[in-house]
Amino acid sequence: MMQEEPPTLEAKADARAPAVDPLRIIMPIVIGILFLGTWEAAVRVYHVPPYILPGPWAILGALIEGWGSLFHSLLITLQVTLSAFLLAAIGGGALAILFTRSRWIELSLYPYAVILQVTPIVAIAPLIIIWVKDDTYLALLICAWIVAFFPVLSNATLGLSSTDHNLLNLFQLYGATRRQVLWHLRVPSALPYYLGGVRIAGGLALIGTVVAEFVAGTGGADTGLAYRILEAGYRLQIPRMFAALFLIASTGILIFLGLSLVTHLVLRNWHESAVRRES
Amino acid sequence: MSVVTLSRVGKVYSNGTVALDDVSLDVRDGEFLSLVGPSGCGKSTVLRLIAGLGELTSGRIEWPGAARGETGAGAHRLGFVFQEPTLMPWATVAANVMLPLKLKGMARAEAGRRVAAALGRVGLETFAKAYPRELSGGMKMRVSIARALVTEPNLLLMDEPFAALDEITRFKLNNDLLTLWQEQRWTVIFVTHSVYESVYLSSRIVVMAARPGRIAADLAIDAPYPRDEGFRTSTAYNGFCRTVSAALREAMAA
Repeated sequence: MMQEEPPTLEAKADARAPAVDPLRIIMPIVIGILFLGTWEAAVRVYHVPPYILPGPWAILGALIEGWGSLFHSLLITLQVTLSAFLLAAIGGGALAILFTRSRWIELSLYPYAVILQVTPIVAIAPLIIIWVKDDTYLALLICAWIVAFFPVLSNATLGLSSTDHNLLNLFQLYGATRRQVLWHLRVPSALPYYLGGVRIAGGLALIGTVVAEFVAGTGGADTGLAYRILEAGYRLQIPRMFAALFLIASTGILIFLGLSLVTHLVLRNWHESAVRRES
Repeated sequence: MSVVTLSRVGKVYSNGTVALDDVSLDVRDGEFLSLVGPSGCGKSTVLRLIAGLGELTSGRIEWPGAARGETGAGAHRLGFVFQEPTLMPWATVAANVMLPLKLKGMARAEAGRRVAAALGRVGLETFAKAYPRELSGGMKMRVSIARALVTEPNLLLMDEPFAALDEITRFKLNNDLLTLWQEQRWTVIFVTHSVYESVYLSSRIVVMAARPGRIAADLAIDAPYPRDEGFRTSTAYNGFCRTVSAALREAMAA
């Protein structure tokens, strides 16, 4: 009988619960407070008028004062962003799987995906908004999706074709069907690549939405944050403009942190990126 | 009784490299056969062709024991151990070992019992829920061996399985493998570039020569089993090593 070797499982505890270095949290907060304090002090000492540069305090005031309409706009921007992101994450993954199933489809469609990607969204957004002018939500969604979709597709395609050759041989040896190879081997090994693409897509979906909102520029009650920025700019309500900008940036950070957390939870047991290095 | 017979097998890769030229080999039931040779002599290619990974350019591979109507490698229960552990990093040890059964669509309960038995045989029953990255090189290799055993193979193909391990671990796995072989009575085809390892393990050694890959010598190692560390230092062992080394030298000079 084979004997056990000394267990190496102590490593497990470390890997599962990565100890958060307190400096990782404290340092950005300290820098943030210093930055905001200097900003506020400079604005007050030099009497910078608020229509040139408002201080953080004035921005906070504008945020609280305009919270009702700003929050409503945030929800609209968020709705477009999240729908576009989900469609990009699902669509990009599905299309990549389709590409591995059929070389014909890949050869026919991939160049067009690239063309869609390299065309600047500000250039095609006006066209899309004209074409689907009856439904602004749909127009914004299409713009954001075009921006967000490509990194998912290209990363997933790369991941699906980077499967370990020895494992492919192993699957062949044990008589795996094409479907089994796809779901039990190609898809799991593509997951780190795919999630990398998804993380990029989260930020890009927000950028795509904001750009499309700028181009669409529709007024009225149901508009996103980008239009609030334009509107505040026209009215020289600069603190309100900064408040809207702050909301967009915070949303972007939250999306990034959320997706990083998801990536970590999915990959924590096995992938190098999610595992702490020993020694 | 032969398990598998290679008749005048040739293999030319698409870039024109002649990997194998006129290789005939009769693998007998229950033997521990090692293929020894310098790199590029096609020993791994022989193994892969037997396993059905890749097409022959010429010649035939026959399975005399296979039931009527069944042909090829699929007719036999094969186990294959690669040089690398070749484990799925996202799956636990148990899930990795279960893979061949899962691909066959075996019921979970039965598959679970077989996995537990296979892990027991390689001494890893307490590591069923661990992930490959938590294991040492030797333990990963044991998982790979357990995965090959789980289908209860009657022919085990091993492609330099211990080449990447340190000597202490390799000696230990050598002994464990011999113990399992004697218990289970499978046929083993073992590829290695180590004369010493092949003499220790094998009942028969086939020496191969390179460019093009061909068989240079076919030697019986009739030392009795069980073999243990005492055999490694015996006069008989030294004699066999000298014979195999001479055959290998001759093969490389030719």
